[in-house]
Amino acid sequence: MRSIGLAIGLIAFAATAQGQELKPAVVFDMGGKFDKSFNEGVVNGVTRFTRDSGVAVADFEVTNETQFEQAHRRFAQRGQNPIIGVGFSQGNAVKKVAGEFPNIRFTLIDSVVELPNVQSVLFKEHEGSFLVGALAALASKTGKVGFVGGMDIPLIRRFQCGYEKGAKFVNPNVEVLANMTGTTPAAWNDPGRGGELAKGQFDRGADVIYAAAGGTGVGVYQAAKDRGRLAIGVDSNQNHLHPGTMLTSMVKRVDLAAYESFKAAKDGNWKSGIRVLGLKEGGVDWALDQHNEKLVTAAMKTRIDQTKADIVGGKIAVHDYMSNNACPN
Amino acid sequence: MSARPAGLPRWVDVGLIPACNVALALGVAGLIVLAIGESPWRAIRIMVTGALGQGEAIGYTLYYATNYVFTGLAVAVAFHAGLFNIGGEGQAYIGGLGVGLAMLALDRLLPGWLLAPIGLALAALFGAAWAAIPAWLQAYRGSHIVITTIMFNFLAAALIVYLMVNVLIAPGSMAAESREFAPAARLPMMHEVLGMVGIKVGHTPLNLSIVIAVAAGIGVWLFLWHTPLGYELRAVGHSERAAVYAGIRSRRVVVASLCLSGALAGLAGLNEILGVHHRLFLNFVAGAGFTGIAVALMGRNHPIGVGLAALLFGALQQGGAELAFEIPSITREMVVVIQGLVILFSGALAYWLRPSFERLFARGSG
Amino acid sequence: MAALAAEPPAGIVPPAVSLIGIDKRFGAVHANRAVDLTIARGSIAGIVGENGAGKSTLMSILYGFYAADAGEIRIRGRPVSIRNSSDAIALGIGMVHQHFMLVDTFTVLENVMLGAEGGAVLAAGLRAGRATLERLERDYGLGVDPDALVGDLPVGAQQRVEILKALYRGAEILILDEPTGVLTPAETEQLFRILRTLKARGTTVILITHKLREIMAVTDRVVVMRAGAVVAERDTAATTIEELAELMVGRKVRLDFAIAPCRPGPVLLKAEHLRVRDGRGVVRLDEVSFELRAGEIVGVAGVSGNGQTELLEVLSGIRPLESGRLTVGDRVVTAEAPADPAAMRALGLAHVPEDRHRLGLVTAFAATESSVLGYQRDPAYVRGPFSDQPAMSRHCAGVMERYDVRPRDPKLRSAGFSGGNQQKLILGRELNREPKILLAGQPTRGLDIGAIEFVHRRLIERRDAGCAVLLVSVELEEILSLSDRILVMCGGRIAGQLDRAEADERKIGLLMAGAQGTAQAA
Repeated sequence: MRSIGLAIGLIAFAATAQGQELKPAVVFDMGGKFDKSFNEGVVNGVTRFTRDSGVAVADFEVTNETQFEQAHRRFAQRGQNPIIGVGFSQGNAVKKVAGEFPNIRFTLIDSVVELPNVQSVLFKEHEGSFLVGALAALASKTGKVGFVGGMDIPLIRRFQCGYEKGAKFVNPNVEVLANMTGTTPAAWNDPGRGGELAKGQFDRGADVIYAAAGGTGVGVYQAAKDRGRLAIGVDSNQNHLHPGTMLTSMVKRVDLAAYESFKAAKDGNWKSGIRVLGLKEGGVDWALDQHNEKLVTAAMKTRIDQTKADIVGGKIAVHDYMSNNACPN
Repeated sequence: MSARPAGLPRWVDVGLIPACNVALALGVAGLIVLAIGESPWRAIRIMVTGALGQGEAIGYTLYYATNYVFTGLAVAVAFHAGLFNIGGEGQAYIGGLGVGLAMLALDRLLPGWLLAPIGLALAALFGAAWAAIPAWLQAYRGSHIVITTIMFNFLAAALIVYLMVNVLIAPGSMAAESREFAPAARLPMMHEVLGMVGIKVGHTPLNLSIVIAVAAGIGVWLFLWHTPLGYELRAVGHSERAAVYAGIRSRRVVVASLCLSGALAGLAGLNEILGVHHRLFLNFVAGAGFTGIAVALMGRNHPIGVGLAALLFGALQQGGAELAFEIPSITREMVVVIQGLVILFSGALAYWLRPSFERLFARGSG
Repeated sequence: MAALAAEPPAGIVPPAVSLIGIDKRFGAVHANRAVDLTIARGSIAGIVGENGAGKSTLMSILYGFYAADAGEIRIRGRPVSIRNSSDAIALGIGMVHQHFMLVDTFTVLENVMLGAEGGAVLAAGLRAGRATLERLERDYGLGVDPDALVGDLPVGAQQRVEILKALYRGAEILILDEPTGVLTPAETEQLFRILRTLKARGTTVILITHKLREIMAVTDRVVVMRAGAVVAERDTAATTIEELAELMVGRKVRLDFAIAPCRPGPVLLKAEHLRVRDGRGVVRLDEVSFELRAGEIVGVAGVSGNGQTELLEVLSGIRPLESGRLTVGDRVVTAEAPADPAAMRALGLAHVPEDRHRLGLVTAFAATESSVLGYQRDPAYVRGPFSDQPAMSRHCAGVMERYDVRPRDPKLRSAGFSGGNQQKLILGRELNREPKILLAGQPTRGLDIGAIEFVHRRLIERRDAGCAVLLVSVELEEILSLSDRILVMCGGRIAGQLDRAEADERKIGLLMAGAQGTAQAA
């Protein structure tokens, strides 16, 4: 909520032709609407928008990646406007179709298309990961923390890099153990392997593990619960999954991105360009609620809040892996 | 009792029965649509018009069909040699990799008219090379082709993920995608070609690959039934002992036929990479290699049959997408069920209706 | 058997089988034309006819495989409807097929009981089954061990298992379809003994065959079929082979045609100490040496499975040698310098294989395509990168004309021709080249008498034209009537060599029996 105001530090202008009916649409990623994390976050934002505004939202789930372009084009032809593309895989499709339909507004989440009718929404996952990394290092008694990534792609390395930097920030001697689940999209939904990787890291001495691995994370959390260690959730607030085990969650507010895009279109102040949602904009954050308040001491909370303020204030610059495809020491 | 002579006119066998199969499938699918409270008539109408209704729909249908023609022909060629090539998926994937590598290396150096044939050659070459290893293992080491080609699908996926994530990824890209090829490195889109001669159609991914697909179909037909090697290939497939008796070197024929099969599958990669996407990315084959098996089975392993079956599958793919678009309560999973029903009735149960028709026609003529 | 007692009173014994006006068409083919047939109870009846005369179709109708388009079947005087083989079995009809329907990995007892287990508990059924089987064994003297694995049994014994199967199911009418095609002479004799015992115990036997000598040896009455219709019925005692042959073919047949004396020319093929092992390491061919000269027919006699198949495979280049030396013209083939069938063909060697279904033709190919098998890359049938389809069709039509292949349809699938016509097509293909050497493996197996005559004439013709012919056959008659010299094979070796003048059945039979004579004599 607080980020609505923050996000719009810019001059609003109406891109909608006034009087035209608002017909928003969403094209979901391969994971489908009910993936318990990324796409479902968008669904939550869309549901909230429909509830608040009474405007119905069309949506489409693709069955293969070549359908992205077709889906956007079909929506555009039907006059759906604005259209949200969920996920970085849709970048090329949005680029193509947005070029063909300059009067339709597109919002692309997690990737950038530089066209006058496209709003690109990025998240500073490294900032959020930095915070939970710091919290992991503070909570660790062994001085070893773990990371389990999903598919080995630059985006996940960005999570990993931010996490490492955060851990080292509060404890320069901390050791970070890291594994990727796999190199295919199957790595997003392999809880069995996630559990095995987590157990391996626990055996090597880690006592907090951050899973940035979609459905694979469920296995990581279960392993942490079984071993009596701690785990950190990702994307949505997963603290409720295992109270007492989930140290925190790195939340990524895709729901907000979707909600705000539609809301802005309705209010006539949707605008194109790149929106980067970091800690400052409330796009990423760490989650503290009744499920994990017992795990987070006052000292830890103070330290993390301070770190967050420093990042927001620019005193700490978190390295973005994807700026140079590297995570320098 | 296979000796019982078939007493069916040809038009019934290749026309009426398949049509009835599809009608039955749609009937059952209609019941399912009815069960979730939607109008089956509307659903079928949307599927049909969505696949064949106007230029753009047809363009998409043909685009999907292009892939299925390539992969279906691939399965059919191997089948005539008595081999079940399950590896079309991987061969198409590697074929696409071949195109991609060539374009990434050459797209800024060579003109388009040179790049297209190079892409074609490399798609075929890479696909053939990927099939050559299982072929050699089958011919000279007795490893079962079904097992090895399946394994090679996984190897292809792993190889390409490695290359995409670590080597070919475009700098600064979020997704594991290569940079986009230079504008010269692409096959002409059909809407551009038609636009030049004054026919205006919507943008679709349909490109020149479909012409190559048609040529491949004709080529496969010529090869199988009008060349000595095609003769030998079919002899090996029907009766390996007779082939040996005839002095045919069946091992070489096995390798050659699988290489040809792989080359055809590789061309599906050409359609996706040089025809549509103009960059390398993950999973661009999207199951077309496996669909090719069903296409070949339904098309009775004949190029004309493969072409018709590919059109049906392309129409199902496109019509199904439209269905999910137009009727939100029909989810993509339901669409898969409907597509599956059509495949079940016209593929797996293809001979189910035959005895009834035989009785019917026996009575009619007797 | 119990059913016999319940039949009408003595005096008027109705025939075991009456077929009245049986008619059956398959599309354009009129397989049975208003067939009337009566078979007396407790007799052995023979049905003879050329391939395609309709005898198998008729028996398939009786056994419930096909339904007749018209006509009536009466069993023991009662009109019946037989819709499937279960109906037939229930009526006491049993059938022994040309190709056995046995499970190799089951024992004799298990095979006999298959499909007649009599309840869910196998052990109880097996016990009862064993008792019945032992009784049948005693009554008919079949000489089969109930616990032997069927796959281990010789062919003759497997056939007796089939007969046991039928008897176990209570067959009173037993149909045997070409039962002797796979048997050695000794096994054939044993089969006939069993058939006579069956007859003595009241079983009716119907024997389908085209071997007239067997008809004469064992039947009481014989029915001759031609082109789907019954053309004659005779008491066996009142007819002759010559009359039956003429009735079958519809014209006079002579198998004992005059053969010009042999004028042997130069040696075209020389085998020295050939030795071959099969895939399991068993020696199949050992120390085989002989010469084959132009203008002679050398017959290879022997009980099936004594190395003849391997000999043909080696000579034609299909199978590599383990040791020894084969000289064809100037080419020397050894283990180190192997040849393949294409190379042997190029040397002017033609091969009519024993197994015409699996080797000689591709059954799924059109006749046109099968008519160039082995010569598909011959310049005559290739134009540029393509096959020359018109040339192939012309060639096929020519072969069909010259070798009387019916139907004369080059587009018909090879499987659609009868065995005799397939053989003529193969023979035509191989002889068309006027080969220097011809290997002929069982060239008349399964052929009817008219076709046999035709094939024999062609072989003699080639010999007289200077071709070296190697004739492998298990039919002693054939060997004796055609060969200029005779090699007898036994256990993979050449057991003896006889000149035409000195050879007779007894001498050859002794050499054939050779080492394995004891097993066959039983």
